[in-house]
This record gives sequence, structure tokens and C-alpha cells, in this order.
Amino acid sequence: MQRQTVIGRGVRVVLLTLVGLFFLFPIFWVLLMSFQTNQDILRIPPSLVFTPTLENYGALISGRLESTAGVLEIRFMNNLMNSVILAVSSVALSLLLGIPAAYAFARFKFRLGEDIAFTLLSFRFAPPLLVLLPLALYFQQMGLIDTYIGLIWVYQLITLPLILWIVRGYFEDISEDIEHAYRLDGNGWFKTFTRIAIPLAKPGIAAATLLSFIFAWNNFVFALILASADKQPVTVGALAFVTASGIQYGQIAASIVLSVTPTLLLALYAQRYLVEGLSLGAVKG
Amino acid sequence: MATLTLDSVSKVYKAARGRPVTAVDAVDMRIADGEIIGLLGSSGCGKTSTLRMIAGFEDVTSGHIEVGGRVIDNLLPAERNIAMAFEGYALYPPLRVRDNIGFALLRDRQPRAEVKRQVEEIAELLEIVPALDRYPPTISAGQQQRTSLARALIRKADVFLLDEPMSQLEPQLRAVLRARLKDWLITRRMTTVFVTHDQTEAIALADRIAVMEEGVLQQFASPDELKERPANLFVASFIGEPPMNLFEARVDRSRSGLGLAVLDAGGARAFELRFDAEVAGLADGAAVHLGMRPHRLRLGDRAGAVQGTVTSHSWLGDQTHVGVEIGGTECIVVAEGEVPARLGAPIAVEVPLRAVHLFDADDGRALFHGSEAAS
Ligand SMILES: Nc1ncnc2c1ncn2[C@@H]1O[C@H](COP(=O)(O)OP(=O)(O)OP(=O)(O)O)[C@@H](O)[C@H]1O
Ligand SMILES: [Mg+2]
Repeated sequence: MQRQTVIGRGVRVVLLTLVGLFFLFPIFWVLLMSFQTNQDILRIPPSLVFTPTLENYGALISGRLESTAGVLEIRFMNNLMNSVILAVSSVALSLLLGIPAAYAFARFKFRLGEDIAFTLLSFRFAPPLLVLLPLALYFQQMGLIDTYIGLIWVYQLITLPLILWIVRGYFEDISEDIEHAYRLDGNGWFKTFTRIAIPLAKPGIAAATLLSFIFAWNNFVFALILASADKQPVTVGALAFVTASGIQYGQIAASIVLSVTPTLLLALYAQRYLVEGLSLGAVKG
Repeated sequence: MATLTLDSVSKVYKAARGRPVTAVDAVDMRIADGEIIGLLGSSGCGKTSTLRMIAGFEDVTSGHIEVGGRVIDNLLPAERNIAMAFEGYALYPPLRVRDNIGFALLRDRQPRAEVKRQVEEIAELLEIVPALDRYPPTISAGQQQRTSLARALIRKADVFLLDEPMSQLEPQLRAVLRARLKDWLITRRMTTVFVTHDQTEAIALADRIAVMEEGVLQQFASPDELKERPANLFVASFIGEPPMNLFEARVDRSRSGLGLAVLDAGGARAFELRFDAEVAGLADGAAVHLGMRPHRLRLGDRAGAVQGTVTSHSWLGDQTHVGVEIGGTECIVVAEGEVPARLGAPIAVEVPLRAVHLFDADDGRALFHGSEAAS
């Protein structure tokens, strides 16, 4: 343990506060904006004093946007639901496919294994738009365009490689002999996989899940091109706030707050496992 | 609790790039029921690979492995009924030490009270009772190692494989546990193969010792046999502490008995040894390696003694290791008790026939053991 002087500790607190402010300020500002009317937001100079309003949230939830140009239908709640459906099912499917695949790549050395794994990763290299245009044509022919299934399928391009590569690293870090010991005790490889490998790789699985969820949640282009209004996630749906009568900053802020919430909750939940991973990592060997 | 037979077993690791590695090369071993075998050899000689093939984590590249007369080459590890303590311990991190040890028994649905009793018995044997309720990551390496050993020993398996089971322990504890372990293995008639880098441990524990080098089984014999009749130069220099003294020599049969012209580093005749023994089969002028056990050499000036100079001197409390330079070659003599010797002083060394071993100069094969001719 390092000895700490009072001054040193003081400086640390100040610095940490500054860093914290720097990163949290935009979020804080957005949170404030979400409780302001457009007039309050656009006032110059900006002010911290305003009468908070729930109007923005109300408009989002009711789906009716009242502006000077009249009443506008928005489908924010529907978009939010789509985001949840798309992200959750894409990640779930990727976990289902990716974890066993990651285990296979980590444990069984087979011919072309390395090449297959790399090919999967290389999906992430291609500019999405380039992939999307031909894909859109195929999807049209196959009737997959504008369906959840089609979207979830395409989302695998984002989530699957991520999960595969992160989890594979964790599997490789588990001492093979732990699994061997378990197998000698009379268990088959499948049970070894589910009872030993997966629990020990839990931190990696948590990290991969969280990351791929965020990527899936924030995806914009795939949904923009392959989905129509009623399958659109929030990222695309937010375009609706740019209306003929101006940009609805208040609602945008409120929708940001609402759409960040699920990711935030997931991160808080996953944190337990991430930390567990750190403490386990320290005692390997 | 069963016999174990390795029938010409080889293991070749195929590297993705580069040449394949032959880790184990046609190893033959016939191990009797209840026999304790020590596997000895330098690092990387294929000891762990041999155990891993027996346990079934690696396929045998060629040859067969039998347990109790049943070929197990194609059985899954789970079907082999073999217990193993791993070099790297391989404990289950989320389980307490207690549950790690009792794991296999609990899995076989043995009554909890009975498992608890057995776990505590073996924990007491291996001195890990205080660690029983802790988690593996929070105990010391030595405790982890003993936990791993306990987890293997508690099982009722046909064959027990212990990979360097006590390497992390301090010598005192190791000596105590060695005795207890031997007792445990013998009373239960457990067929055991253990790997060690410690000769003392191998000699104390094993009925027979297998010496390996570069994947090849050099000799598989009792500790006495290894010392008295090493099969080749490698075994001779590997077994024994301090190691065997080695000289280059030529056989001299110009007169009766056995004559040896010992050469110095330059190949010139340094000194001569002559024994009154009837020896068959050594040709006159043959080039050999001469090995002499430090324990068998004597300090003394009787007829035939070799003159040398004292170069080092260490008193170990019960014996003295005297370094003597003879004909330009360094050699160690172990003398009982304390020997007053000044560095640089001249000293005479007697070489009895039973100290002498001869090995072929080309392939290192043993040609002659003095102890056989002397008796
Ligand atoms: N999975 C593997 N792939 C390729 N080569 C391997 C593999 N495992 C071991 N080897 C090689 O096989 C040889 C024997 O290794 P092994 O682990 O059996 O040695 P060891 O006698 O147990 O050594 P140590 O005393 O250091 O534990 C070594 O040269 C090693 O590099
Ligand atoms: Mg080894």
C-alpha cells in the first residue's frame, strides 16, 4: 500500500470530480433538457432555472406530438419495443450459437478452424452499406425484408463475431486440466462444457453480452434500410423528431433518456459478473 | 488396483508449423497390480505426455494401453476409471477445498456423512484441515497442490497418476508426507505412477523407477538396480547424488585382469587402473566412458591408489564431499565423517572394482559393472 498524504488525497478527489463532470455533463444536460420545453432549451443564454415539465415524456408515451404545425403521430414506444425485441433476440441467438462455437474454436483444433473463426470476424470489416444493398435485394425476394426474423438474422453480423471472439478468449484462459479433472471424475464433454467451462467463462460471457447488446441497440443502417416504420428501432425512429416545424429537442432528449435506460440497466446487472471475472482472473494458474 | 501395461506407446504432436514433436517414443512398461512407479527424467522428456495418454486426454499415436488386461485406447477419460493429480493442480475455483476433494464421491451419490469422513481423513493425512472450508484461489500453492493430490487419492480408481504431487512443499513436510503417502498407497494396493524431479523422492517411494529422456524409456528397474547396473550412460549420470564421476578411457588387456588407461581432456594417458578380475567381452583398446560412483571411492594410499589434488571440500554434517582433480578431470569422493584436507594438497584416491562402470564410447550402452565382477 502506498502512503497517501492529505494533499495527495485532496488532489485525487478534485481530479476525479473533474473527470466525472467532463464525462457525465452531456448526460446530465440531456437529462435536464428532457424536462424542458423547446422554448426553454433554445433560450439564449441557457439557464439552469426552469419549470420542469413532463410534457416531453407524455408526448412520447401517448405518441402524439403537438407542435405549432399541428399534431404529429410518432411511434416512439413502438420503436422502443422494436429495439428491445431486436437487440434481445439477436444477442440471445448469438449466445446460443456463439458460445458453443467459441468453445469448439478454443478447445478442438480442427482443420481450417482458424480460418473459419477469422472469416466470421471479417464480417465486421466490411462497410455495412456495401453488404446491405445486395442483401436488401435478396431479402426482398425471400420475403425477409421488413420482418423481425430478417433483421435478427442480419444483426448476427454484429453480435455473433463479437461474442465468438470475446468468449473464445475466456475459454482459452481456463486451464484445460480443470476440464480434464472433471472428465476423469466420470463426466462427458457436454457436461464438462455446461458445468465447468460456461460457469468459469461467465465474466467473459457477461462482457460479450453487454457489448454486443450495445452494438445491436445502437445499430442504425441495417434497420434504416431493411425495416419499415413498424419494425424500426429507436435509432431510426428518432428521425421523426426532425419535423417540418423544427427539431423537437425536448422530445429527443426524453427519448434519449428512455432509450439509454435498458442498456444502463443491463450494464448495472452485468457488472456483478464483470467484477467477479476480475477477481477470478487474479488467481489463475 | 489393476495392472497397467504400456505396449510400445508413442506420442507425436503435430505442430501447425514446423516439424512434428515426438514426445513419447515407443515406451514399454508392464506395471503390476499395486505397484508404485516413479517416472523420472529431465524437463520436457515426455513424462506428462505419458500420463495424459494413460488418462485419455491425448490419443496414443501408436501402441496400446491396457488397464487390468483391458485395452483402453479408445475409451473416454470418464470410462477409464483413472484418478489423476495434475501438475497445475486444476482445482474447481468455485468449490470449497472440501467439495473439491469430495467431488467424485458426491457425484457417485455416496452418503454425505461418509464423504465428509473420508475427506477429513485424507485432509488430516496431507495436513490441509485448516484449508478445508476455504476456496482454492485463497489458499497457498502448496495447499492447492495437496488438495489436488487429495482429490485424486480419495477415489477408488484402477490406476492413480500423480504429476509432481509434492513439488511445492518444503523438504521437511515433503519427507513426512512421503512416508504417509507410501503407507496410504501400499495399504490400499493402489497402482500408482508418479512423476517427480526429486530422486530421493522417487527412490523412497517407488518400487520401480522409469527413467525417460527425449521420449525414450532409458531404463525401468528398481532403485537398487538403477544404481548398481545403470543401463546406459544417461541413467548412470542422471541417477545418484552427487552424480557419477566420468572419465574417458581405453581398455587395456595387454596383461591379465582388466586394465584401464584413463585419458585426460587432450586424449593423452593420464593414469592407469588395474583390477584382478576375470572379465569377458571387453576388447583390448576399446574406447569407453569410465564412470565411478563418488560413494564407492575411498581416500587412502594403498597400492594402486591414484594421485590427485584437492580442489574443493564440503562438510555436510555427516559426510564430506571432497573434490579431487585427477589427470586434469574433476571428480568427487564422498567420505564418511569429517576429512581434514587442505585445498591444493595432494591426495590419494582408491578405486575399488565395485566403483567402476564402463559404457560404450559411441552409444553410451553399459558394457561392464564392477559390482557384478567384484562379488
Ligand atoms: N500439446 C502439445 N503440443 C505440442 N507439443 C507438446 C504438447 N505438449 C507437450 N509437447 C512437447 O512434448 C514434449 C514433452 O512434454 P511433456 O509435457 O510430456 O514433458 P514433461 O516430461 O512432463 O516435462 P516437465 O518435467 O517440464 O513437466 C516437450 O518437448 C513439449 O514441448
Ligand atoms: Mg510435466
